[in-house]
This record gives sequence, C-alpha cells and structure tokens, in this order.
Amino acid sequence: MNWFYLSSPSTFYRFAGWLTPWFFALAALLTAAGLYYGFIVAPTDAQQGEVYRVIFIHVPAAWMSMFLYFVMAAYAAASLTFNTRLAAMMARAVAPTGALFTFVALWTGAFWGRPTWGTYWAWDARMTSELVLLFLYFGFIALANAFDDPRRGDRAAALLALIGLVNLPIIYFSVHWWNTLHQGSTVKLTGTSMHVAMLTAMLLMVFAFWMYAIGAALTRVRSIILERERRTRWVRAL
Amino acid sequence: MMAAATLGSWPGGFAWAFARDFRLAWRSPGETVLVIAFFVLVASLFPLGVGADMRLLERIGPGVIWVCALLAAFLSLPTMFSSDYGDGSLEQMALSSHPMVGWVSGKIAAHWIMTGLPLTVLSPLLALQYGLEADTLLVLAAALAIGTPVLSLLGAACSALTLGARGGGMLLALLALPLFVPILIFGAGAAEAQAAGLSPSPHLSLLGAALIVAGMGLPSAVSLAIRIALD
Amino acid sequence: MRALEVRGLRCSRGPVTLFREVSFAVASGEWVAVRGANGSGKTTLLRCIAGLTHPDSGEVFWEGVPVGRDRSAYHEALSYGGHLAGIKDDLTADENLEALVALRGRACDAEGRRAALARVGLEKRRHLPARRLSAGQRRRIGLARLAVERAPLWALDEPLTALDDEGQRLFEHLLADHLASGGIAVIATHHPLAPDATRELMLG
Repeated sequence: MNWFYLSSPSTFYRFAGWLTPWFFALAALLTAAGLYYGFIVAPTDAQQGEVYRVIFIHVPAAWMSMFLYFVMAAYAAASLTFNTRLAAMMARAVAPTGALFTFVALWTGAFWGRPTWGTYWAWDARMTSELVLLFLYFGFIALANAFDDPRRGDRAAALLALIGLVNLPIIYFSVHWWNTLHQGSTVKLTGTSMHVAMLTAMLLMVFAFWMYAIGAALTRVRSIILERERRTRWVRAL
Repeated sequence: MMAAATLGSWPGGFAWAFARDFRLAWRSPGETVLVIAFFVLVASLFPLGVGADMRLLERIGPGVIWVCALLAAFLSLPTMFSSDYGDGSLEQMALSSHPMVGWVSGKIAAHWIMTGLPLTVLSPLLALQYGLEADTLLVLAAALAIGTPVLSLLGAACSALTLGARGGGMLLALLALPLFVPILIFGAGAAEAQAAGLSPSPHLSLLGAALIVAGMGLPSAVSLAIRIALD
Repeated sequence: MRALEVRGLRCSRGPVTLFREVSFAVASGEWVAVRGANGSGKTTLLRCIAGLTHPDSGEVFWEGVPVGRDRSAYHEALSYGGHLAGIKDDLTADENLEALVALRGRACDAEGRRAALARVGLEKRRHLPARRLSAGQRRRIGLARLAVERAPLWALDEPLTALDDEGQRLFEHLLADHLASGGIAVIATHHPLAPDATRELMLG
C-alpha cells in the first residue's frame, strides 16, 4: 500500500471515516467480553473481596495512558522529522484520549485505594508519575492551542511531547526502584502469578480500550482535518 | 576597520552568551535579587506557618527547601529568552556563525550561575532554621548543586517553547512544573534518606544521570524550540 | 564571483499565500530592491533568504550551494538586518557593537569600533547605554556593524527606518562601498535609494 497516498488529508479523511465504526464496534464487543470475565468469571480475591475487580478498568487504563503517550510522541517525532501535516494532526487527536485514560486510571486507583489501603490517595512514585503524566497531556493540549498559527502550535507541542517522554521510563521502572504501596508488577511477559480468568479479563479490557482509543482518535482527526483544510476545494464540496 | 573573521565554534558561542548575559544581569540585577529574596522569604515563612515543633520541621525541611528552590527557579524562567526575543537579539543570535547549541548552553549556564548557584549556597543557612543535621545539610546542598542545573535546562526548554504564546506565565507553569517533579522527588529524597540514616547515593546518582542526559540533549531541544519560535 | 540565487520560493502564513514562484539571481556588485505594500510578504521573503523562516517550497543558493547544507558558512557571509535592531538597552553602543560583531565570529578591537562608530556619528555617545540613545542612533549602531563585518551578502528589511536624511545618506555611502567591493544586497524598502537597484522585485 502506498503510504504517502494515505498521508494526504483528503484521502485519509475518507479512509478514517470508513474504518472508525469497525473500531468502535470491536471496542464494544471486547468491553462486553472483558467485563464478563472480570466481573462474573474471575473468582473473588481472598484478601480484597469484590472491590478488587476495579483493577480490570484501572490497570488497562493505566497501561493505555502510557501507551498512548508513546503513540503521541511517535507522531510528534514523525511530524518534526518529515514535516507532514497529518502526523501532527494525529498527535493532537490522540492527546485528549490519553488524558482521559490517565484520569480514569487515577480515579479508579483512588476508588480501589480506599478500601484496600484506607486512603484515597497515596503519594507513591507510580501514582505520582501518573498524575504528572496527566499534566503532561494537559500541557501538550494547552501548548498546541496557545498560538494563532496552528502549525506553530503543532511543532512546539511535538517538541514538548518528546521532552516529556523522559518521564515514561521513570514511571515504568519506579515500581522496581521504590518500596511502595503498589503491588509489584504481577503481569510479566514470561509468566504470571494471576489467575487465568483475571489475566484474560485484563487483556480483553486492554484491547477494548485500544480499539476505543483508535476509534476516538480517528474521529477526532477527521474533525481536525476539516477545520484545517476548510478552505480547500474538497472540503467545500462536502 | 578591518575585522578578522574567526571560525564559529561551540566554545566561542558559549563564551559569548555567558559573558553577555552575566554582564546584562550585573547591570540590571533586580530580577536576580528578586529570585534569591523570594527563596529566602518563603523558606523562612514555613516555620512561622507550621509551628516551632523542631521534629516536624526537621522532617519537612528538605522538601520545603526544595519546593522553594523550584518556585524561585521558576520565577526566573519567563524572562530567559523573552527580552532577546522582543528586541530582535534572538534572531541575530540564530544567525550566528557559532553553533546554536553553543550559545544556548552559555545562556543556560549564566542563568544557573544567577539562580541555582545562589540558592544552593544559601540552602545550608536556611536549612538551619529547620534544625537539620550537618550531614543532611551537605547532602541537601549537593542535591541542589546537581539538580538546579537540570531545572535551568528544563526551564529553558519550556521558556523557549512558550515564546510568543498566549497564556504567558500560567502556560509556562503547566509545562515546567510537571517536568520538574522527578528532580524534586530525587533531590528531596536524597536529603531525607541521609536524615533517615540511609545512603543518599542512589538519589544523587540518579540526579547526576539526569544532569548528564539533560546537558547533552536539552540544548539541542532548546535550539529547535527557538528555531520554531522564529519561524 | 559571488552569487545569491533564489529559486521558486513560495511562502504562506496560515491560509494566505504571500508569494509564489519568486526566483531571481544577484551577482557581485548588484543589489535587488524588494518593494510592495504593507503585508505583501517583504519581511517574510527577507527572512526566508536569511534562513529564519522556512518557505513552503523553493530554495536559496549561495555561491551555488543550497544554504541549508552549510549553515555556519552561510551565516558568516550574511548580515541580516530585521525590523528590530537587536540592540540591548543595558549595554553601551560600543558594547552592543562588540557583541554583535563577536556573534559573527569577527574580532574588532576598541580602536576599530571607535572608528566605525565615528563614521556613523556616534563617537561621542559610544559609552552611553543604548536606552539613552534615540531610535535613529540605535539604528546607526546597526550601520556601524554592517561596516565592521564587511559580509559579502546583506539582507536588510527597511534599513532606513528611523534614520534622518543624514542617516540615509550615510547608508547610501555604505551601500555604494559594499557594492564596489563586490558585495551583494537584497533590501526591502519603499524609499528610493541611490545607487539604483539592479532589479526591482514587486510583491503582492
């Protein structure tokens, strides 16, 4: 497939429009499956009771919040290197969804924290870094919109995203460096100490969120394309 | 009137910017004095607000002093490039025959000499108000000595990115303060570890690593941000 | 034989295309006048030539080499004068001149600077901080810098701003000297200047 053909906003607009409903449909299906596994199939935890089930939303949301930052930073790097308009628009499209998942992770984390540790908020490295990540997303969105010239906003925010990228390894490795309230990472790539049903539920939810994120980003980029290209012929013909 | 042309170079650019910015700050010291005064004032206000319980003050001392240093450093950021941007000097500098990363590094170094360094030197005096032990004081000063240059580097990047942006100081705060957080955590953590009888070297090593990475990567990022601002 | 060549330059600001397909070549001893109404893109064209602004398409060549290839060499050969004078209020005229010239890798001793400032009529005021000088006097520091640097290429945006008649004559002398020694200039101005431009470029 000729990727450069796809990188023209008008072509991508149509392509994205065709794809989006499929992603949302997949997201809905996977969410249903994931919640079924998480809330019905998976057994009750010996120590934490039913409340623990919120991790099926909390952990996937946290993973997605970090993954989407990487995606945003990748588009940012592409937009600065190749100076393409579409890459910058995709970075802007991903940011609000990333911020949403970060917020969901923090919120569900607090919800889980209260019954489990007796406090809504604990200032350990991971939660703190997640909060910082939320502000990094806000900063990106704010900077991108702080200029009259949208291209200038694109480029400044892209550079900011790359600088903030340093924060992500700190989040990821903080669990190993610090003695914190968070349980040590229990889902490793080589083996897991979790019950199979719990793992299935978690992975289903991760994919569900991923499909939703793609759908949301594609929807958002279509409206950004319309706004940016509003004076061109093909948009006026719509 | 013939001027001999010499090749542009990194040290040439560094020396040029460092000397010029230092001279400018010397002529107009108001801002530097403000930054130092703010640091001293706020750090001295905390005990008044929190009470004279020495045990409590000893616990919060490193963190409080670090936050004050952070805020004071932040105060000096908006004007780091704005004056040069406003009077046309920045575009002349962008057309220098010296590589951009050279004079950018010089500017940042001058900025640190006038903000981070005084804060580091004053910190032991302020820490006495919090009843910190001598060894904790030293670790705190060491952490500030390594950490404040990183704050200057990160701050320079944020300052350059927001040149000409709407939202001014608030936008700069939103960008810079989250990036400062890891430095705060490790910096204050070093002194707290020392006070608790643990070794501060992991924290100080991480700060040192951050300084090396920031020192090598951020001047290029700042240069790119300036080019974006001038485009 | 030095030459500046501009090929197919096109630049837009937001949705407005300022100019397209601008091409010209200038050889030693020649200068191009860029004219046009306010907002027609004169400043943007000058900034594209200087390399501050990136054009949408097109390229600038200096001595046959695209300027992007060896920025440092291009910067050494170029003196750019923008709208803003690049003068620091807190430095004296002498210190400003020293800083501007050192920025471009040229060393000029105190005697040389004194002579340059004398030529532009600022000898008596050279130790005054620039904030105490008038706008026209600050501009003259820029003229002194052009004289000291002796760069082969001048890209100047409205260099006569704030200059009085005497200042304008001074600039014309400097320009004539520059062209006589083989220099090239691209100047955006709406004043008539002597010596006559080799070519007039109308924008907008």
